[in-house]
Amino acid sequence: MTTPPPLSAAPQNDGDESQPERPRGRAAARLLPPARLTGPIPWVIAILIALVVIAAAGGLALRNLATSASAGLSSAISVQVIEPAPDLRASKAAAAVKLLTGIEGVAAVRLVPEAELAAMLEPWLGEGAASEDVPIPALIDVELGQTAGPADVARIEAALAARVPGLRVDAQGDFLRPVNDALAALQWLALGLVALVALATAAAVWLAARNAFAGARDTVEIMHLLGASDRQISAVFLRDVLREAAAGAVLGGALGVAAIWLLGQQFAALGSGMVGGGGLVLADWLIIGAIPLAGVLLAWLTARITIALALRDML
Amino acid sequence: MSDTLAGHVKFDNVGLRYGTDPEVLSNLSFTLYPGSFYFLTGASGAGKTSLLKMLYLAQRPSRGAIRMFGQDLVTMPQSRLPELRRRLGVVFQDFRLVPYLTAFDNVALPLRLAGTDEKKVLKAVGDMLDWVGLSHRAHAVPPTMSGGEQQRVAIARAVIGRPKMLIADEPTGNVDPDMALKLLRLFEALNNRVGTTVVVATHDVHLLKKVPDSLIMRLHKGQLSDPTGALRYPPRPSGPAAGGPG
Repeated sequence: MTTPPPLSAAPQNDGDESQPERPRGRAAARLLPPARLTGPIPWVIAILIALVVIAAAGGLALRNLATSASAGLSSAISVQVIEPAPDLRASKAAAAVKLLTGIEGVAAVRLVPEAELAAMLEPWLGEGAASEDVPIPALIDVELGQTAGPADVARIEAALAARVPGLRVDAQGDFLRPVNDALAALQWLALGLVALVALATAAAVWLAARNAFAGARDTVEIMHLLGASDRQISAVFLRDVLREAAAGAVLGGALGVAAIWLLGQQFAALGSGMVGGGGLVLADWLIIGAIPLAGVLLAWLTARITIALALRDML
Repeated sequence: MSDTLAGHVKFDNVGLRYGTDPEVLSNLSFTLYPGSFYFLTGASGAGKTSLLKMLYLAQRPSRGAIRMFGQDLVTMPQSRLPELRRRLGVVFQDFRLVPYLTAFDNVALPLRLAGTDEKKVLKAVGDMLDWVGLSHRAHAVPPTMSGGEQQRVAIARAVIGRPKMLIADEPTGNVDPDMALKLLRLFEALNNRVGTTVVVATHDVHLLKKVPDSLIMRLHKGQLSDPTGALRYPPRPSGPAAGGPG
């Protein structure tokens, strides 16, 4: 140290008051301790993301199931001709069909053949369903041009009652209303679970970021005194948060998708027509694919706010 | 604020207290002139480190006004402090090296924070480590270095950005007398060659005589006294330290 200092070779910073670039790559890596968010955080994020993926997939499947179940029934109305005498029942049914055909808004009218009715009832009534011993109402399927609401049912019922007494008019969608209500409740439950798990993810990242910052506080203080801006310090922290959250999100997403696939296989094996309507379509998979990205964004935002608040308390 | 005045640090009736305790520094009014060499002396507990903290922008005053390089520090928003801090070089009493970074990376920190191109960083840090005689220890981390070596790394880090003002808190406290003299010569070189204003806090009275042109500010129980006229304007009739306004 006896030789004169080669200060002329040192870079000049005088007069350069502009905001410096963010430290990038290896330079950034040399500013703060490596892997400060080590420990369980990527795993916690992975588990939480997997739960969100499963809950969201469940919610979407339930929505599809409800849509599929009511799709063919939403514009349909059933008219029952409740008359024990077969001849009178047949004449009333024919008159009802004629009347219905002329009602505004009715797109199609079909008198369900007796053989078809008997086949539908056979699982419950046995072969006796086809005999005259058990009087079965005549059934007329009415297809409206739009969704059948209570007003449509009342209007058609009124039009028929004046000319053909003893008829019962029902919107077919009403039969599935309790099922749809239950499915809707389950969808809200799934949405609630997604929100809760998102909150838990944010809380986990907040704790981790706060602890990481506390652990590096001395270093951050030195950086500040050497001229580091809050933006620079924050960027170095967030780079690590982003990396670890991304790793956790990818792992969690993969776990969640694997679980959905296994559940899908199980339900497909049931061979039930109704369950088949609960499959996921491309748009659903896009939503599920966006969940890990949303998780990373949430982690990044949470960490950013946490670090900004911590830095605000430092001079 | 003119260019000549822009290099000044001006304290006006500054006081500092921590919490609700009594003031540790009271009624400080002085001006540091560009290119001057100041010693800040005083017994332990006199408030030297507190004063230095305000100088290197780690502490805002409780009252009074401070202007540095033409800017009001009291009202300056926090977001603008980094640009001022990059014009300062600080040698902390406890070095404050980053323990997991090598000597090279510690010295490179101010340049990297200023966004200097990495090629220039390599050259400048290499030269600086040569200057302080630590080229062979470039890849050592602070915990494996002696106190003197850490001291030199801290000094190299403080001066690598060619600061307008160098602030050193007891820089010779951890080294032998021979090394202390070398460090002092280094500060003198920076002061004479680059015109950097140097403020060295020390309680070693022998050190004061080693820099004949230096000005002495003495702190006693939080109050400044002025044995060499350091606080007057102009501080002295000739020499680089006389470069006051006009």
